[in-house]
Amino acid sequence: MLNFAIEAGFVLIGLAMLLNLWRLLKGPDITDRILALDTLNINAIALLVLYGIREASSAYFEGALLLAAMGFVATVALCKYLLRGDIIE
Amino acid sequence: MNPYIEFVVAALILLGALFALLGSIGLARLPDFFTRLHGPTKATTLGVGAMVLASAVYFTATRDGVSLHEIAVMVFLFITAPVSAHLLAKAALHRQAAKDGMDVDGTE
Amino acid sequence: MMRRLLPRPALSLTLFLLWAALSNAGSAGTLLLGALLALLLPHIVSPFWPDAPRIKHPGVALSFAARIAWDMLLANWAVARRVVGPVTALHPAFVEVPLDLRDPFAATVLGSIVSLTPGTVSIDVDRERWVLQVHALDAPDPAALIRQIKQHYEKPIREIFAC
Repeated sequence: MLNFAIEAGFVLIGLAMLLNLWRLLKGPDITDRILALDTLNINAIALLVLYGIREASSAYFEGALLLAAMGFVATVALCKYLLRGDIIE
Repeated sequence: MNPYIEFVVAALILLGALFALLGSIGLARLPDFFTRLHGPTKATTLGVGAMVLASAVYFTATRDGVSLHEIAVMVFLFITAPVSAHLLAKAALHRQAAKDGMDVDGTE
Repeated sequence: MMRRLLPRPALSLTLFLLWAALSNAGSAGTLLLGALLALLLPHIVSPFWPDAPRIKHPGVALSFAARIAWDMLLANWAVARRVVGPVTALHPAFVEVPLDLRDPFAATVLGSIVSLTPGTVSIDVDRERWVLQVHALDAPDPAALIRQIKQHYEKPIREIFAC
């Protein structure tokens, strides 16, 4: 039962990440792309945690924590750039 | 592993993956930026939350001692998600205002 | 004396619990180190965060946290349903919620909670007019949404921080 749930989880999150990628490529505005990147990052955290359960190894947790921290900083930095470094401003 | 715990872990994994997918569906198919913002800030955060909870239950059940460090990821995501959403919304409003200004008279 | 040693009990407790979680509530040594950090860090941050409000009613805060957790589950269900439902049936709207609280930190807490609960994302807190700008995914009746946010979330927060 657990193995089935893990495999199904991989499929569902994989689909979710494909949808994020589609939005990332399609845009239309740059804020949509940043939002897509942020969501892609959050889904990657879920994927990594799930992989950790599959491999029965807690080493992947560190990666998930790093992704959470770096992804947040990246999103904030990109938004700040749009708000402050805009040519029109 | 205890079958009840296995069931709980499996259910949490499926719930988490399903919500992650639903949040991403919202991101992909909703019509404009501000409605798209809702999917990731809620569904995806809960999705990761459930996934992380599954991991905490699994490692607590299979190892000696408790496994709580996953909870830190969840706390971190729940604190940062509103901040990201807030900044993205501000950036979008800023760009919209800048664009509208350009359309009217060519400057801000 | 107690106040000098522990200027921010809630922050200290949060830091200690987070440290305990990160180290998997490991040996006595790591917990001791966590307790030491939880004592020292509030003193280090106090110069650049001097006027943070204190939690006046911890009991109210606990029951409020439990209700938010429940609301978040309902919110996710509601948003999930609308996401897969017909897009044209949605009524997205910008709503301005007039605030009664007058504290930046409490306003931030309210904004975060609004972002995490039913179909709403907080866009901005206007600190001149004290208005919380909210975007709702599906709000056929904005007045009801404003009432709900003020009644369900702002009132308990004002009670907790006494502001």
